[in-house]
Amino acid sequence: MSTITTISESVGANRIVPTIAIPYPVGNPNLSKVVEEDLREKLVRRAITALGTEVEETTYF
Amino acid sequence: MSYKVLYYVNQFFGQVGGEDKAGMAPVIKDEKVGPALGFDQLMGEDAEVVGTIICGDNFFNENNEEAVKFIIDAVSEKNPDLVVAGPAFNAGRYGMACAGVAKIVADELKIPVITGMYEENPGLETSRAKAIVVETTDSAAGMKKALATMSDLARKMLKGEKLGYPEDEGYFAQGKRLTVFSDKRGSERAVEMLLARFKGEEFKSELPMPVFDRVAPAAAIKDLSKAKIALVTSGGIVPNGNPDRIQSASAQKWGKYNIAGKDSLEGEFYTIHGGYDPVYANELPDRVAPLDMMRKFQKEGLIGEVYEYFYTTTGTGTSVGNSITFGSEIGKELKEAGVDAAILTST
Repeated sequence: MSTITTISESVGANRIVPTIAIPYPVGNPNLSKVVEEDLREKLVRRAITALGTEVEETTYF
Repeated sequence: MSYKVLYYVNQFFGQVGGEDKAGMAPVIKDEKVGPALGFDQLMGEDAEVVGTIICGDNFFNENNEEAVKFIIDAVSEKNPDLVVAGPAFNAGRYGMACAGVAKIVADELKIPVITGMYEENPGLETSRAKAIVVETTDSAAGMKKALATMSDLARKMLKGEKLGYPEDEGYFAQGKRLTVFSDKRGSERAVEMLLARFKGEEFKSELPMPVFDRVAPAAAIKDLSKAKIALVTSGGIVPNGNPDRIQSASAQKWGKYNIAGKDSLEGEFYTIHGGYDPVYANELPDRVAPLDMMRKFQKEGLIGEVYEYFYTTTGTGTSVGNSITFGSEIGKELKEAGVDAAILTST
């Protein structure tokens, strides 16, 4: 899970979840607490889905 | 004056035998054997090969300590000015042995080493920074050319002459950055490069892009509800007070912290990572390492469990070399702990 996904690609990560921003990849302090939690839940769920998905090459989720 | 050279070859080039002799223990001969003979002739009056070490490839790799001791003793006895190993072409075990010689002799005994390898030889990566590794063909058909280049470079090394650029001299770049003076400043050189590129002319970058790493994708987890998943971050999240003193840039180490029974990192953890505004991560570290959601999914049964330790280091300025070491060490621990997958977050 990263924001600068080109770096993730360059080091050979095969399952990549693009995130929000460098200082808060899995969050967003500009949102209300509840909305931010929804956002984080969605992103982490995506990462877990990625772990359960077969990939042949670098894939974005 | 004539310099002294000690030569290292494997059982095949040492004319002892093929694969059936790969287990032979090292011996040293006063004669010049195999490529040592050709090398000696090319050096003419400038240097003489004073001995040839012959060692089986399997022996070197399987009884490394013994082989190392033998080489140290031989070097102390012969007291050479330079050690030559190979060329190993694309022979993997021979290449690893030549790399081993480079490590002992160049790194530890501080005597220069020259060897030769094909670009895909696995020995190249571990030896190129320590020894001068001449680029060879993949088979011994390229022996004549390899020895010619090796002897040319050896002559310069022995005489203490500066070697030219790797691509001009025929050896592999050692990953060194040197200061050179240019008659044009950087902006001019950059614009010239850009114009050449626009015109489709040849240009050469002064800072080659790193080669992208390729990793074979891991298989998908079949049953997530039974999976043990670890949380790993390069976002510098550590317990308040940073007990292990992990560096805030150019990390020299990583840490692992017990998170069993915790539903979030809030309040007990913060970031020591330099280079990004820490306010948001300090307010809620789960914005960088989302333990809160991992725990939620564990409770829901979407995943089996969250591994009881989370792993952390600082990403900024951390060398690729250190990163590879950290990754290998952390990966090994996770594997041994029966972790099925890791979520790696990066700032």
